[in-house]
Amino acid sequence: MYVLITYDVATSTPSGTKRLRRVAKACKDRGQRVQNSVFECQLDPAQFVLLKQKLIDLIDPRHDSLRFYHLGSNWQRKVDHHGAKAGYDIDGPLLV
Amino acid sequence: MRKHLNTLYVTLDDSYLQQDGESVAVRHAKETKLRVPLHNLDGIVTFGWSIGCSPQLMATCSRQGVTLSFCDGHGRFQATAQGFSPGNVLLRRTQYRAADDPDSSLAIARHCVAAKLANSRQVLLRGARDHGTEKPDRHAALTTAAAHLAHRIEAALTATDLDALRGVEGDGADTYFQAFNHLLTIDGPTFRFTTRSRRPPLDPINALLSFLYSLLAHDLRSACEASGLDAAVGFLHRDRPGRAGLALDLMEEFRAVIADRLALTLINRRQLTSADFVTQETGAVTLKEDSRKTVLVSWQERKAAELRHPFLDEKTTWGLLPHLQARLLARHLRGDLDAYPAFLLK
Repeated sequence: MYVLITYDVATSTPSGTKRLRRVAKACKDRGQRVQNSVFECQLDPAQFVLLKQKLIDLIDPRHDSLRFYHLGSNWQRKVDHHGAKAGYDIDGPLLV
Repeated sequence: MRKHLNTLYVTLDDSYLQQDGESVAVRHAKETKLRVPLHNLDGIVTFGWSIGCSPQLMATCSRQGVTLSFCDGHGRFQATAQGFSPGNVLLRRTQYRAADDPDSSLAIARHCVAAKLANSRQVLLRGARDHGTEKPDRHAALTTAAAHLAHRIEAALTATDLDALRGVEGDGADTYFQAFNHLLTIDGPTFRFTTRSRRPPLDPINALLSFLYSLLAHDLRSACEASGLDAAVGFLHRDRPGRAGLALDLMEEFRAVIADRLALTLINRRQLTSADFVTQETGAVTLKEDSRKTVLVSWQERKAAELRHPFLDEKTTWGLLPHLQARLLARHLRGDLDAYPAFLLK
C-alpha cells in the first residue's frame, strides 16, 4: 500500500528540533521525501504498523501532529505533481 | 507470498552507492542522485567499472536479502555481494544429493528442457499467428519449426540419460534459432539473425539477446538464493567453478518467453534501431549506453506485467516467476511435489 505521511513538529525548543530530526529520519528510512515534512512510503501492512507506532512514540502529542493518508495500491492516479523536484515512482523502472 | 519488488539499476559512471539509514543512496559528484528505501528493493545491479559501493551497504544488502550484483559495462555479470549462505541447510543437502543422483537429476532436467522447448514453440506459434498472415512462407517456416519442436518435447520427456537430453535440447535450440529470423518483421540488413553467437556477440540481435540473458540470469540467481537453494549446483548444467548451474537450469524455461519475446518486441516496434549498436574492431557488437537504458526500462516494465501462473493458478507478475519456480523446485526436493512443475506458457 502507498501511504502519505505528513507531520508538524514544534521546533521552538531544543528537544523539539531533536524530535523533528528523529521523525524525519524514521520516515526517510521507509519512503521518499517529496516535500519538507511530507513523505510517500510504499509499505506492506506490517511495515506500516511498525512505522506508525515508531512515529507516534517519537512525537510529543501536546505540540506535534502526524497525519497518515492511505492512497491504496492505485495511487498513481491520485498523485498529481507540479513544479520542481518531481519524485520518482517507486513501482516504475529505477534507473540512474 | 513474496511481493514483487523493484530492482535498482545503476549505469551512471563514477557514482558511489552508500547506505543512508535504511536506504541506498546513489551519490555522484557530491550530490545524491537517488535515494531508495531498501525494503522496496529486490536487487541492485550496477553496470560498469567506475561504480563503487560501500562495504556497509554490501553487508546490509546481503542481510536483508537484496541481491547486489556488479556487471561490466556490457551487462556481463562479474560479482555479487554475499553474506553467510542463507536458507535451509537441510534443503541444500537434499539438493546436493539429488544432483549427485543421476535419476533425480534426469527427472528434474527433463522437465526444464521440455518446458524450454514447449515455451520456444509457443513463441514460434505466436509469431505465426501474429505475423504469419502477411507472408505464407513465414507462416510455413514457423509452423514447421514448431511441429519439429513438438516432437523434441516428447523426446526430452523420454530421454534416458543427461547426455541424450542435452542432445535433444541442442537440437531443439537449433530448430528454434533457425526459425528465429522469421519472427522479425522489419526489413533491412541490421536485424538479420543468422546464428547464435556469444562471447562476443557478433550482430545486434545476439548483443541484445546476450544482454537480456544476463539480466535474466541475475534474477534467477537471486531467486535460487532467496529460496534457500544453492544457485551453483545444477541438474542439467553440471558443476563448474564460477557457474551458477541451477540458475542456468531454471533459466531454460524462461529464455524464450521472457528474454526473446522482449527482444522481438523492441526490434519489431523499432524501439531499437541500428543506431543503438556499435561494432568494435574485434567484430564484437555492443549496445550503446543510452540504448541499454531503453532495454532496462522495457525489461522492468515487462517484469511488472501480470499473468496467471498455470500451475499455481494464482495471479502473479513476470518478475516473480523465477522466485515461484525456485520455490516449486524446493518443494519438489523436499518431497512435497512428485515432480518439478516447470513453467509452461499457455
